[in-house]
Amino acid sequence: MSRPSPDFHPALRAIHWLMAAAVLAMLFIGVGMVSTTGSAYVSLLALHRPLGIAILLLVLVRLPLRIMTGAPALPDDLPLLQKRAALASHILLYLAMAGMPLIGWAMLSAGGYPVLLTKGIVLPAILPRDLALYATLRAAHTAAALLFFALILAHLSAALMHGLIRRDGVLRSMTVGHRRAHVAPDQHLADD
Amino acid sequence: MPFRKPGNVGAFALIGAIVVLLVGAFGWAAGWIGPRRISGGDVTRALEYNGGGKKPGYRRAHAKGLCFTGSFTANGAGSALSSASLLQPGRYPVIGRFSMAGGNPLASDGRNVFHSMALVLKSPDGQEWRLAMDHTPFFPVADIASFIALQRASKPDPATGKPDSAVMKPFLAAHPEVKAFQDYMAKAVLPGSFATATYYSINAFRFTDGNDVTRFVRWQFEPEASGSGLDKKHLEQLPRDYLFSEMIARTAKGPSRWHLKLVVAKPADVTDKATIAWAGPHRTIDAGTLAIDAVQSEESGACRDVNFDPTILPPGIALSDDPLLAARSKAYSSSFTRRALEGPHPSAVGQDLAKERAR
Repeated sequence: MSRPSPDFHPALRAIHWLMAAAVLAMLFIGVGMVSTTGSAYVSLLALHRPLGIAILLLVLVRLPLRIMTGAPALPDDLPLLQKRAALASHILLYLAMAGMPLIGWAMLSAGGYPVLLTKGIVLPAILPRDLALYATLRAAHTAAALLFFALILAHLSAALMHGLIRRDGVLRSMTVGHRRAHVAPDQHLADD
Repeated sequence: MPFRKPGNVGAFALIGAIVVLLVGAFGWAAGWIGPRRISGGDVTRALEYNGGGKKPGYRRAHAKGLCFTGSFTANGAGSALSSASLLQPGRYPVIGRFSMAGGNPLASDGRNVFHSMALVLKSPDGQEWRLAMDHTPFFPVADIASFIALQRASKPDPATGKPDSAVMKPFLAAHPEVKAFQDYMAKAVLPGSFATATYYSINAFRFTDGNDVTRFVRWQFEPEASGSGLDKKHLEQLPRDYLFSEMIARTAKGPSRWHLKLVVAKPADVTDKATIAWAGPHRTIDAGTLAIDAVQSEESGACRDVNFDPTILPPGIALSDDPLLAARSKAYSSSFTRRALEGPHPSAVGQDLAKERAR
């Protein structure tokens, strides 16, 4: 799990920010489209499906990359409870990133809808048509989306606390990175 | 601890502000705050109100239905307008549903309301075309706000069975298009059978051919069978499931057929308002034949668990700018999700069949 560098792998940082934008956009598109009978419903829905599958593909690249390249160790002075909360929240974030598109795909399959990505590209059903199952998955999709948004807010707040208040390099490990892997501790702090 | 530094107050405030801003934007996107928008739930609630209460487990509109199966044989002429593979020569399986307007699944067929046909056409290459059509060439309202207002204004008084004129009169004054539709319905033939009705697309759609030329098209399924209309003076004397029983008996003797006529808009035609019929002669293409050779109750057929969303279209056919299309899609979806949660309930035809079996 642990990584000798104080920073996440550059590819993982790039994919993190790409996915951050995609996931946030997706959550806003999702709650927006279900709220209206206006023409935005159709256009947002047409965006929602391909973007969801794109997120699923990205997490399929990201998870192995994260496992292979590891994460920099959290600061030693961070309380154990916070370290555990960090680990748990990251597991939940990965679960949500992979789970939301899968629930959406399964929900459309159970509802008997074609899973239309773009013109002419239709994904196969991953569940048989079953209205009771559709109803459950439809409710789960909403509930998971709201929890996911709350989780992202917590994740963002924690990241900003590290960056602005603790100034311990944790935020930097996912942004621009530290100047060198082996800088002197004083310089290290000044960089933050 | 760095937490106690005075500079941190500003940092905490900044983090708090970011979170508040994001939550606020999310709430705005979701429609929880900001200007009121019309949701799918507003439509289902208006339909429930009009029907005198919720009928759990059923479609919020066109609740009374009969499933059917058959095929669509395309002759290829439709490819002059659209590259959709379902308009290429071939025979494609069809499932569908006949229905009567209204939210009451056990209502009598003796009502001067929409007779409707919905279809799902599927091609071997995975394309799908869902159609939801009525027997009138135009629609009473052009937008969803008017549709909701119509449901609220036209709620029948339980005592008289008629809408409250104190509500309906001002509504009609404000909506001449609804008045025009009512006048049309009063005069028009009410089909005597599901098999003798013409079914119209209601909205216009964009058809794009193989040369990327796009035209506005409305379509209609014209029946091969003919027959007299229902006697509108004595509708209340019809048996509750007259039209459905007639279709079951008719289909036992042989299939019913319709021709898919694609009607191409002229430059002056209105393509974003379903309230306006296209007058005069139009370029019309007979694209093929729909044959319905079997009918099933909703309990045994495949149509009950289908959302006949008219915005599910194959490549080569796309939505027009008619705002009713998005509204139909969302409202159908809201109705679908609600009845999926509530679980299936018996249909009128299913009740009839069970009674017959018990005899």
